[in-house]
Amino acid sequence: MSQTVSPPRTDHPDLPGPVRTRRRLPRYAATGLYLAGLLLGAVLSALSGFNPALTVIYGVAIGTVAVYAASRAVEGTRKATDRLVTCIVVTAFGIAVVPLVWLSYTVLDRGLTRLDGTFFSNSMVGVVGEGGGAYHAIMGTLIITALAAVISVPIGLLTAIYLVEYGSGRLKRAITFFVDVMTGIPSIVAGLFAFALFTLLFGNDVRLGVMGAVALSVLMIPVVVRSSEEVLKLVPNELREASYALGVPKWRTVVKVVLPTAIAGLGTGVTLSIARVVGETAPLLVTVGLITSTNLNPFDGRMATLPVFAYYQLTQPGTATQAFLDRAWTAALVLIILVMALNVVARLISRFFAPQTGR
Amino acid sequence: MAKRIDVSDLNIYYGNFLAVEGVNVSIEPRSITALIGPSGCGKSTFLRSINRMHEVLPGARVEGKIVMDGQDLYGADVDPVNVRRQIGMVFQRPNPFPTMSIYDNVAAGMRLNAKKMKKTDTDELVERSLRGANLWNEVKDRLDRPGSSLSGGQQQRLCIARAIAVEPDVLLMDEPCSALDPISTLAIEDLMTELKERFTIVIVTHNMQQAARVSEQTGFFNLNGVGQPGRLIEFNPTEKIFSNPDEKATEDYISGRFG
Repeated sequence: MSQTVSPPRTDHPDLPGPVRTRRRLPRYAATGLYLAGLLLGAVLSALSGFNPALTVIYGVAIGTVAVYAASRAVEGTRKATDRLVTCIVVTAFGIAVVPLVWLSYTVLDRGLTRLDGTFFSNSMVGVVGEGGGAYHAIMGTLIITALAAVISVPIGLLTAIYLVEYGSGRLKRAITFFVDVMTGIPSIVAGLFAFALFTLLFGNDVRLGVMGAVALSVLMIPVVVRSSEEVLKLVPNELREASYALGVPKWRTVVKVVLPTAIAGLGTGVTLSIARVVGETAPLLVTVGLITSTNLNPFDGRMATLPVFAYYQLTQPGTATQAFLDRAWTAALVLIILVMALNVVARLISRFFAPQTGR
Repeated sequence: MAKRIDVSDLNIYYGNFLAVEGVNVSIEPRSITALIGPSGCGKSTFLRSINRMHEVLPGARVEGKIVMDGQDLYGADVDPVNVRRQIGMVFQRPNPFPTMSIYDNVAAGMRLNAKKMKKTDTDELVERSLRGANLWNEVKDRLDRPGSSLSGGQQQRLCIARAIAVEPDVLLMDEPCSALDPISTLAIEDLMTELKERFTIVIVTHNMQQAARVSEQTGFFNLNGVGQPGRLIEFNPTEKIFSNPDEKATEDYISGRFG
């Protein structure tokens, strides 16, 4: 740290040599001060009836101040500032992680009760109390999301290719602007759009799985466009020029050179965009509705989906309330597992398809 | 193989900015022509305009004539893609396709253009091109490894192999050795002297010794000041340029009295 080269200092006779060293706090000092702060925080919060959250807040605040003061007294201003900022960064990280851990714990804790074979093999036909499952909802979510991906990936990818490889001037700027606007569309608006569109086309009271897929596509396309655009921009221009210099036409260059080079990033982007929409509730609520039986045909009538399933289990429990709540938590857990699996897939894609650079 | 290129009254623009003005030059077949000059004087721009790579950039355009064996490369009915099939190019930084193996990189010109070829023909083409680029012995046991696994000098020779695999008439080289160490540079210079038996070679270089070592003809580009267009100041046999140039500016640049 302190490696300022200066002549030997006469006011520090115990520190010889040209490299100035300073006294440092012992390694365990910061941890110790924080523990002491927590203890003090416990005492403080005990004054108004003990409260663990308050204890931690007091403890962290006192600990931070104590570390800063001690470091300033012993190690000097620069080191003290360093320690202060480290404390703040770690605290911010802690605050960010707490809800995540808490949420995972709660969902696991409550969802595991019904995470059994029946949940994955049964639908809700004829179930008014305990038992039943979400087979129909899991299949519905998979089908509708896959359909949404089938609609939005080609559109999004081709838009991104246009923006990066072909577009210029006002049209390109306009598309970029509207894609940005689309990114911010509230999901219920997307749902209402699909609802209005299909009502216009097929009359009142129409409920189809494909309506949900269209609604999800409205949300998904901008995500695919943005992520693909960023990835395509990363492809070095030198590769395009190398291809042109071999007498390869532009479209072939895009298909055979640019896309294969970017395939890892494109795959990751698409997978993450799927993960983004798989848990959407509002648009599916107004477009797809819910049924208790299994419907695997997205072009015929209502379908069940996991988020809507969880929503109805939670808001309209029958007489056996606990059974309904358990199913809602398990549906949430399955949904989280699904998103997590998609993220793992995205990681694998980016690892296996990345251009080989090793020797 | 190996064609003559005549350039007359060539002006090269980036949008409204005139980058290179009034180039008149004849490039001889089966020889190496070197282009030297300070940075930003338009050597690379001129080189890129020969195989119509210049117009890939938005707003870039060219006035004047470049004639290769009687055919105007900028004629109304000429497809730039066809021009580039006849005039290959090697870039400053080695740029093998990262998704392809060494083998596929060499065969890229054929593969990307979807030419149907028998496996044995492709094998033969790859070997011939790699031998032509003096790289065969180093990579023959690992043709399926990625092109980016080679060293910088090997990658550059791989790019040369890729360029000559499509059998062009002319080979343009844009500072092909500036990112390489002296030994790789020597390998590529030797290669150029071999290749000039079959191709017309135009090379842009910042290394005046290199120009003196390899080239028969040398062109000196210069510009009067920032924002002014670059011009071809002098074009003469290399020996004359380096011993007794016609122009004062050339002599100043070569002897290091520049700026």
